[in-house]
Amino acid sequence: MIHMIIFNPAIRPVLAVAVTMAASALIFITGDHIHRNAREAITFIAAFLNCALIMSLVPAVLAGEEMRFSILEIVKGVELAFNPDPAGMVFACVSSSLWILTSLYSTGYMRGHHEKNQTGYFAAFAMCISAATGICFAANLITFFIFFEILTVATYPLVVHYRDETGRRSGRKYLAYTLISGQLFFAGIVIVYWLTGTMEFRAGGFIKTDLLPLPLMAVLFFLMAGAGMVKAGVMPFHSWLPAAMVAPTPVSALLHAVAVVKAGAFAVIRVSFFVFGPDTLKACGAARILSWFAVATILISSFIAMKQDNLKARLAFSTIGQLSYIILGVAMMYPFGAVGGLFHIVAHAFMKITLFMCAGAVYVTTGKKNISEMVGIGRQMPVTMACFAIVSVALAGFPPFVGFVSKANLVMGAVAVQSPLYAFTYVASGLLALAYLMPVVFIAFKRDIINSEFAVKKEACWPMLVPILVTTSAVILLGLVPDAGPHLYDLAVSAGQQIFGTLGVGI
Amino acid sequence: MSNIPVLIVLLPLSAALLCMAFTLVHRRLGRDLVLLSLGASLVLSVIQLKQVIHKGAVSYRFGGYAVPYGIEFRIDSISAVMLVMIFTIGLSTALFCMSFEAKDGNRIKIGGGYTLLALLVVGMAGMTSTGDIFNLYVFLEITSLSGYCLIALGGSRGLVAAFRYMLVGTVAATFYLLGAGILYSQTGTLNMGDMHRLLAAGVSTEAQAAAMIFFIAAFGIKMALFPFHGWQPSAYAHAEAGARPLIAGVMGKIPAYALFRYLFCVYGTEFRLLDKFLLVTGILSCAGIIYGSIRAMAQTDLRKMLAYSSIAQIGYISLGFATGCPAGIAGGFMHMLAHAFMKSGLFFGTGAIRQKYGSMELDDLGYIYRKMPLTSFLLVTASLSMVGIPPLAGFFSKWYIGLGAAESHHLVYLFVLVISSLLNAVYFFKLFEKMFMAKDKKLPDRLTGQAGEVPWNMTIAIVVCAAAIILIGIFNVAVFNVLMQSISEVGL
Amino acid sequence: MTFSMAGLTAFLASKGIYFLTAVLLSLGIYGMISCKNYMKKLICMNIMQVAVIFFFLCFGQKTGGTIPVQVNGLLGARHYINPLPHGLMLTAIVVSLGTTGVGLALLTRIKEKYGSVEEEEIIRGENKFR
Repeated sequence: MIHMIIFNPAIRPVLAVAVTMAASALIFITGDHIHRNAREAITFIAAFLNCALIMSLVPAVLAGEEMRFSILEIVKGVELAFNPDPAGMVFACVSSSLWILTSLYSTGYMRGHHEKNQTGYFAAFAMCISAATGICFAANLITFFIFFEILTVATYPLVVHYRDETGRRSGRKYLAYTLISGQLFFAGIVIVYWLTGTMEFRAGGFIKTDLLPLPLMAVLFFLMAGAGMVKAGVMPFHSWLPAAMVAPTPVSALLHAVAVVKAGAFAVIRVSFFVFGPDTLKACGAARILSWFAVATILISSFIAMKQDNLKARLAFSTIGQLSYIILGVAMMYPFGAVGGLFHIVAHAFMKITLFMCAGAVYVTTGKKNISEMVGIGRQMPVTMACFAIVSVALAGFPPFVGFVSKANLVMGAVAVQSPLYAFTYVASGLLALAYLMPVVFIAFKRDIINSEFAVKKEACWPMLVPILVTTSAVILLGLVPDAGPHLYDLAVSAGQQIFGTLGVGI
Repeated sequence: MSNIPVLIVLLPLSAALLCMAFTLVHRRLGRDLVLLSLGASLVLSVIQLKQVIHKGAVSYRFGGYAVPYGIEFRIDSISAVMLVMIFTIGLSTALFCMSFEAKDGNRIKIGGGYTLLALLVVGMAGMTSTGDIFNLYVFLEITSLSGYCLIALGGSRGLVAAFRYMLVGTVAATFYLLGAGILYSQTGTLNMGDMHRLLAAGVSTEAQAAAMIFFIAAFGIKMALFPFHGWQPSAYAHAEAGARPLIAGVMGKIPAYALFRYLFCVYGTEFRLLDKFLLVTGILSCAGIIYGSIRAMAQTDLRKMLAYSSIAQIGYISLGFATGCPAGIAGGFMHMLAHAFMKSGLFFGTGAIRQKYGSMELDDLGYIYRKMPLTSFLLVTASLSMVGIPPLAGFFSKWYIGLGAAESHHLVYLFVLVISSLLNAVYFFKLFEKMFMAKDKKLPDRLTGQAGEVPWNMTIAIVVCAAAIILIGIFNVAVFNVLMQSISEVGL
Repeated sequence: MTFSMAGLTAFLASKGIYFLTAVLLSLGIYGMISCKNYMKKLICMNIMQVAVIFFFLCFGQKTGGTIPVQVNGLLGARHYINPLPHGLMLTAIVVSLGTTGVGLALLTRIKEKYGSVEEEEIIRGENKFR
């Protein structure tokens, strides 16, 4: 019996979710009564267990093993079930491995900054990861939705972390956007279940083109994908994301660059490729409309980002644009686009989390939030700012960094579907990324002005610096060898193969 | 053990009648008797539920008279579940009440309070069990009369609220009697099963429709369905604090169940105008859902906010019925269960806060989550369930209602559900903002010297409700299957 | 329009009594809505209840029927009046008595607390209490 539980790979997703959720509950209940080191130990143990459980699934998933595991019948006729597949694995690997790094970083940040409510913070954080893991592995729409909503609610305490008026206002904004879209998603799920009688995700979609009149089909698609689009900050549904940047930087780093927003993008992927399918979406025109949203978001957000003086706000708008890379990749409805989009989840996660962590390190060490105040900061924090510079270049999509790998796939997809607009968007957006990130680097390393404030060399404390270095090296390493570590690129490619049923995808 | 259906009602009834005398002997004796009888009935109702699940509906004939002539108690799977719910919350409330006993030790007041509580439970259990139309009226009045008195015990405003409720409630009872009279004059039977057979055999649609109008109005008033809800907010808000969870949580559900019985068991699909009446019910429910949610948003008094939210939530239940298809009806019943525990839970929580800090204003709740973590946990769970966040009970009831709405091609209902969830979110997250973010008012603790945050009897009530909300949510399929056992017999 | 006095008389003789109960019921409800005095509202409530009792008794009666008591040997079922509506109404009367009792008790308390049973004064008084 125990053998079965430990060595059955199908049960590991359940364990991964359960361990994290248990950790969250444990932190919440005992957090205020035990030493903070013990409390952080719970986080780390859960993070490592979570990561190990998920990574151990990679070989089985790559081998194409069927690992569906159903826990119980959650509503009549539908099970609460997990089914690790390549697409979910990509996201799960990223979020679980980055959780370890962010936990380390959070510890440094929260203590360095003497934050209040740390117990609630770590508990909610663990709950978010648990929900994200559930989202990755969900085998059907209802399981997906359950974890999607848990994620929505669990993020709320993090957004309002400071318990002040601004936080409260951002919290309201966040809830307004996510709950409305979530409820519409719910309505969409009900309708899909009523029409088809199934909710099980299937690569390539289970909705036939002739199920509904095509305009209604497009409406239904946006009803469901809307929830993902809101969480992914697609314009004009993005304004909660910059507002939510009032949260502490680690929250912005993990949640608003990795877990929450990527969960949104991932929801779009699931709904598009595993519910509706490329053929249906192309037929009803929803794919084209989706791509317009994405193109507009990419370009507009880049221009807005340029005008932001607050570093975190600039990064937030950059996030909005980068997420729409993924959406646009999906909207192409072409293997290259899908692979590129999936791998961009990885690429952007590593790149953006580094940038956010750099911004947080600067804030904790010097108290500076605005770019205009950072003149010459490279003298004080050379390592941090060097990492920032490297990753900025990567974000623009230059080889040999990870940003290039995903972007190359996306551009090839654009070429393959013969859309100069998409290709132009990606190229232009790369240049715009340089235009809004490079000034930060230049200001930081200005040679002619020596700012007396930053005269002494003083980096952030090691729990903050180590994660930055690790993620920066990951950005370089994954750029040189995209398939290093947990075979994320292979996973993305095999997801593309599953969805489109063709071989020879990717580069 | 064939006497279980009647014992379930009889035990609390005799306890209620003896309670006063026992209290005069010793101050706690009457209370213990009531608690004991409610506990025994709870156990019996659980046994009965098991029997019903395994062997199908149970019928009990009073005095051994054959069915159309004598009075019958008929327990199908729905009423068995409802009985368990009534006694669970009834027992929790009775325990909870112990902290709200009259401070001056006046035995008449203490004994009277428990007598009324037991009678309220008896009335509701009777309404649920009975298969006789006139018997239903009697139990309806028992429920109402004890309800009026419990509301009147809630102080000066409670008195007026109770009197107004009494006027409206009597109109409802009179309407019910009128409707029953019309049906009786047409068929000459009082047994519900027999009535269904005779109505289907050929009674003029006009007479049936006239009776149905009276029934909808009567039960609409009793369950506070929009636009018959006028009495409800002040009655719930000013009721006696100890009994409030039972009044607000369960009292409105039983007439809703009776409405279901009339719509589907007595009239059934043979009634030609059923669709029209379902449509009317659906429209009223939708209006009530939106109206109740919007009014709840505007309240600053926690009790009023919860009372208005009840109008909306009752609308969910009748909306489920109005879909007229099995999934929707099951969803309505699921919501009945879920909402009973959610609303009782919220009132248990607010009652505990009031007992400890003496305030019910939203603005006074600052940092309550540090001072009363268990109570806050219940409030948060119940509120999230109200909003419909999975995997709590409220989400799944909404799921089934939504599915029913889709199956009956009323997508409007589905979107009303969506809008209502969002409106619920507005005022429940307002509650969270106050609980977690408002300034600590430093109100004096009135329960100092207590081991936990609240006395043990309150803790039981709080834990029961929180557990029920989570368990009904996770194991909703089991509940659904049990409910479907009876709904599938209706023949929709 | 055909209108005959005889037809009307026949109709009233057979169904007219129901109209009277309907009028009584409406009067009761009207009174409950329009009266400003709570005592009067209570009285009107009673009138309304009585209307329903009459309604039951009316359809319970049968021309040529006798009381269901065996006096001169057993007759056929059609010769007896159905006693059930009367039995039901006995219960209903008891219930209405109970309701009236509760209502009067409430009114006494209201009078004690608010010093009046007039609606306006009660509403004024209500705003003073929390």
